Amino acid sequence: MSEVSVNTPKGHIEVKNFSLAYETIEGAVQAVTDTQIHVKPGEFVSIVGPSGCGKSTLLNAVAGFLKPTTGIVTVDGERVSGPSAERGMVFQQYSLFPWKTVRENVEFGLKMRGMPRSQRERAARTLLGLAGLEAFEKHYPEKLSGGMKQRVGIVRALATGPKVLLLDEPFGALDAQTRVIMQQILTNMWQRLKISVLFVTHDIDEAIFLSDRVYCMTARPGSIKAEIPIPLERPRQQSMMMSSEFLALRRGLMSLIREESLKAMGGEINDMGMQGLNIELHGHSLADVI
Amino acid sequence: MPATALAEAGPAPAAVTPPTAPPSFGTLALRWYRLNRAGLRATAIGVISLLAFLMVWHLLTTYRVVFFVRFTNVPSPLAVYASFSKAIHDPKFLMHILLSCRRIFIGFSLAAIVGVPLGLIMGRFKLVHEIVFPVAEVLRPIPAIAWVPMAIMLWPTNEQSIVFITFLGSFFPILVNTLHGMSLVDPVLVRAAQCLGARERSIFREVYFPASLPHVFTGLTVGMGVAWVSLIAAEMISGQYGIGYFTWEAYSLVQYADIALGMIAIGVLGLGSSVLIRGAGRLVMPWSAK
Ligand SMILES: Nc1ncnc2c1ncn2[C@@H]1O[C@H](COP(=O)(O)OP(=O)(O)OP(=O)(O)O)[C@@H](O)[C@H]1O
Ligand SMILES: [Mg+2]
Repeated sequence: MSEVSVNTPKGHIEVKNFSLAYETIEGAVQAVTDTQIHVKPGEFVSIVGPSGCGKSTLLNAVAGFLKPTTGIVTVDGERVSGPSAERGMVFQQYSLFPWKTVRENVEFGLKMRGMPRSQRERAARTLLGLAGLEAFEKHYPEKLSGGMKQRVGIVRALATGPKVLLLDEPFGALDAQTRVIMQQILTNMWQRLKISVLFVTHDIDEAIFLSDRVYCMTARPGSIKAEIPIPLERPRQQSMMMSSEFLALRRGLMSLIREESLKAMGGEINDMGMQGLNIELHGHSLADVI
Repeated sequence: MPATALAEAGPAPAAVTPPTAPPSFGTLALRWYRLNRAGLRATAIGVISLLAFLMVWHLLTTYRVVFFVRFTNVPSPLAVYASFSKAIHDPKFLMHILLSCRRIFIGFSLAAIVGVPLGLIMGRFKLVHEIVFPVAEVLRPIPAIAWVPMAIMLWPTNEQSIVFITFLGSFFPILVNTLHGMSLVDPVLVRAAQCLGARERSIFREVYFPASLPHVFTGLTVGMGVAWVSLIAAEMISGQYGIGYFTWEAYSLVQYADIALGMIAIGVLGLGSSVLIRGAGRLVMPWSAK
């Protein structure tokens, strides 16, 4: 029936010996080096790391927007060579087509596949119903709240039945309450569709709450610093965030990221020179203050 | 189970309060007034301002004011009105108007038919841009009026050269604005389309084209204005018919009221055509309706 309900998990992502350097006028900027990650079929994996460490770079390479400088990205054994509807993507900036209604946005991928109009309308309605958006199908995105826009973005990415869903800080611009609701919705969709998810965030709680596994990246040039399995049982409840198990995971991840953030910031501070810093620190050295 | 959770997670669609009793005429009138208050205010002030303009014009001409500028020979509003009531029954006057409209229609339509697609293609394909842009940049600063002698040499009939001038006048604003619109297309939207399975052709039709439409319409509006400017100039110099020729002829024949009548007719026609374009823009871009 619908393109969406498939029962065997799929979407085995493998990134091997990966590195990526951006070519700029000042020369090559090494964004990510020597990285291996994998996402098993049906697994929910997050990537966290300090700002600018190459999370988006890695995700965009999996999406097929960027070519690895070295290494290889495969999904279910097939090499990724460009963007495709097999790998759905959700962007932080919502990225809905302003000239299409909510339903037309969701239909887009099906239209590209050549599905007849009446059929894709029906499919889009069903999906919008699942996300509680059927009342807004005829609205233009401009009229929606941030949370609703991002729900449409997720539904649109899932409509074509992709093997994997890639999300780049999808809830970064949302307020705390909306964020919780969105996490709930995403979890539900993921469990229902049994696809793999690769999720980039800078919110540690979010990463732990959602994931089966979390990769923590080093400061730029990014590589994998640690891989943390999240053994919390599912379905996950909001109350679990107070459990000692959750808090221990949180503390661990927190200190990993803190280390790397300081490294990243230390680099910047050194680049700027220490003169300005001395004034701010009243003569103490950076190490004293930290 | 997940379905209900999803539905609950979404905010309830805005409830429509059932009307208790049919509202009375008074409340309806009041509501209409409240809804249209801003529009009514603008209309009222507009009408008053136009009346004031007519009044000042009337006074300046009845008292034949000479103060740096001379109003001695300027026709009064009443004289212009008299010549207007005569002209609307005069098939020759109507023919002038009709011919000008036809020239605008042909010249402007050709400019849009060539300018918009050319701009879209130049925005998408660098090579076409590199080839066309230098030529366009050299020709663009030449005012359409400066083309009159050349146009007369180029085209066998007067009619064709006038249409050509009108075409040139509107062509460059349309081309430049379309190009500008293309350069502002959000790359994230292109990426979103790509990972929904869109190919080059679909991306052009479904993303680049609608995304640049607002600027295309800016170009069409500006182009229409310049089309009238160019047309009137061309008609004054080389025409035998047309509202520009009518105005110039009135001067040669010392029919001062007809000069003002011609000018007002040009103003009204210009205004009417830009209203038409704005209306078309609203039809084509329902999402940007405010
Ligand atoms: N197009 C580009 N050209 C040159 N350098 C780039 C480009 N895009 C990103 N970079 C650099 O590569 C590094 C990694 O960028 P990336 O956007 O992947 O980081 P990120 O982890 O997603 O950061 P954030 O948390 O801020 O989103 C950054 O230092 C950035 O400055
Ligand atoms: Mg990023």
